[in-house]
Amino acid sequence: MAVLIDNDTKLVVSGITGREGTFHALNNKRYGTNVVAGVTPGKAGQDVEGIPVFNTFGDAVKETGANVAMVFVPPRFAADSILEAADAEIPLVVAITEGIPAHDELRVYTHLQRTGTRLVGPNCPGILSPGKANVGIIPASFFKEGNVGVVSRSGTLTYQIGNTLAQAGFGNSSIVGIGGDPVPGSSFIDIIELFQADDQTELIVLSGEIGGDAEERAAEYIAEHVTKPVVAYIAGFTAPEGKTMGHAGAIVSGSKGTAAAKAEALESKGVRVGRTPTQVAEIAVEILGG
Amino acid sequence: MDLLEYQGKQLFARHGIPVPDGRPARTVDEAVSAAKEVGFPCAVKAQVKIGGRGKAGGIKIASDEDEAREHADAILGMDIKGFTVHEIWIEGASTIEAEYYASIVFDRGAKAPLIMLSTQGGMDIEEVADSNPDAIATLHVDPLLGFQDFHGRKLCFAAGVDADLVRPIGAFLHQLYGTFVAEEAVLVEVNPLIVTPERGVAALDAKVTLDDNALFRHPDNANLRDPSDEDPQEQMAKERGLTFVKLDGDIGILGNGAGLVMSTLDVVAQYGGAPANFLDAGGGSKAEAITSAVEVILSNDSVKAVLFNIFGGITRCDEVANGLIEAFKQLNPSVPFVVRLDGTNDVEGRKILAEASLPNVHTAATMDEAAQKVVELAKGEAA
Repeated sequence: MAVLIDNDTKLVVSGITGREGTFHALNNKRYGTNVVAGVTPGKAGQDVEGIPVFNTFGDAVKETGANVAMVFVPPRFAADSILEAADAEIPLVVAITEGIPAHDELRVYTHLQRTGTRLVGPNCPGILSPGKANVGIIPASFFKEGNVGVVSRSGTLTYQIGNTLAQAGFGNSSIVGIGGDPVPGSSFIDIIELFQADDQTELIVLSGEIGGDAEERAAEYIAEHVTKPVVAYIAGFTAPEGKTMGHAGAIVSGSKGTAAAKAEALESKGVRVGRTPTQVAEIAVEILGG
Repeated sequence: MDLLEYQGKQLFARHGIPVPDGRPARTVDEAVSAAKEVGFPCAVKAQVKIGGRGKAGGIKIASDEDEAREHADAILGMDIKGFTVHEIWIEGASTIEAEYYASIVFDRGAKAPLIMLSTQGGMDIEEVADSNPDAIATLHVDPLLGFQDFHGRKLCFAAGVDADLVRPIGAFLHQLYGTFVAEEAVLVEVNPLIVTPERGVAALDAKVTLDDNALFRHPDNANLRDPSDEDPQEQMAKERGLTFVKLDGDIGILGNGAGLVMSTLDVVAQYGGAPANFLDAGGGSKAEAITSAVEVILSNDSVKAVLFNIFGGITRCDEVANGLIEAFKQLNPSVPFVVRLDGTNDVEGRKILAEASLPNVHTAATMDEAAQKVVELAKGEAA
């Protein structure tokens, strides 16, 4: 098993005829992901290297049975695209787009809670289940199949941690980037719940950063509901107060949201926290054996 | 984007929120004529994006023209917690019967706007929250349903507002929510929200933070940015489309991806170094972006060494290497560089760098090794 995406994934990509959309849809297809359709309004009947394009998500679902949507359109159109995918009753939407207005994200989140569509992202690198499917922009060649599940707020940091884990001999069940925005569609808790239930996952790695209280909430959840070992990493110990560090959600406000407070919250619940990505891999070796 | 008090008040006024009549001024003469227009007594208020202006002497009442001149002269150019006063706001003095507090924030945990109302305004609200949390009434609004009149009543009764003020305060909160949504703010705060002897209400201060990502829908608001109060280096980075934060140390840092850059700062600090900046060159960084990033980093004279930490995904390491070579050609830097290249096209990238044999450029195989090396170089411990 893996979480969220696997061999049964049928992917539909909105924005597939755009430069980035084409590049990454084809990249995902080359990896082996079953990319069944694209959506660009007004371009129905065209195809992108054999992937048929439809006017709407509804048409794409009807014709191809697509069950995962990837949103790759510019920020001003992204909320609308996510809502359209949900309207077509696609159960999982992965939004890569960075810079979606916060009020858009809030409305989308609230609506999706009611319709039952799961959103991963926005502003995320996507999901990779090594050996099965890749939806998004994670450079899959650095990862192999294995028993470590990774959930992260940051893209490149995930690659760094995944790489050090790989050098220590570990592969991954799935890697899920939940994104660095203040209102992500899925939280650490949502994904950890999936890893806890996933047979393939024997260790969960949580990669967090400054801002908000998602890590603190995850700590509480882990203490109550998770029996598998969890290792965490928090970025931003040296981040100054009041400055946004690249991600819209990464800001230390007052005494809240600091890396130290997050590490402490996790450690108080028995989660070991690596101080560097290398340490995360070392702890993984201690837990799972080298 | 944080707004100045008067910019916030102008937004409020556009949405029907009562605010005192006022004028902005950038010179003493402008201030005096503004004071004559709004009438005496009037308040002369420093416009800076930091709290505690009053205590710092940045707010004074003028009862005549001479006093207006004197106060404007004292306040313009004043330094308030590191912020220089370039602008002041002159407004008619208000008669205050009571001071309340009202705000709407983006509650990330609850994923909903949170409205707060307290009858203990005028002072530091964090103090009230600590000493008497019951004095602050709170309520989440469903973002799809929006603000309903009963929300206002519920908050007023919970906060202990006098019965005759429930209607005007409720209306005030409704307008404040309208501003929050229409302008796509992530914070609106009014402290104090004043009650007048006539039992009316008005916003005597305004703290507004707008969502930068939504400014494309609000071109008028996008013009409110005041570049004069930004750090020149941060401004330079912004013009080049780079995500940059200036820090106090002496090691320049460049990486790709916010999380990896934050992590790089931490690892450098663990080896005893002090980062001079956070710079995310972004996904898909082309050679040109790398060159201008190096230029921004080196524009800070305190930088003694520079660390490049790249883990290519979309970003291609050969592009980064070419950008670095171009930067050396153009800028001829005198400080040492440590480069770590991993990920997409890393073999090509390392080869390009090796063949260029740039002076004073060291390579490292891992993030840890790179951090350790750059710290040694910055301290002058390694050659």
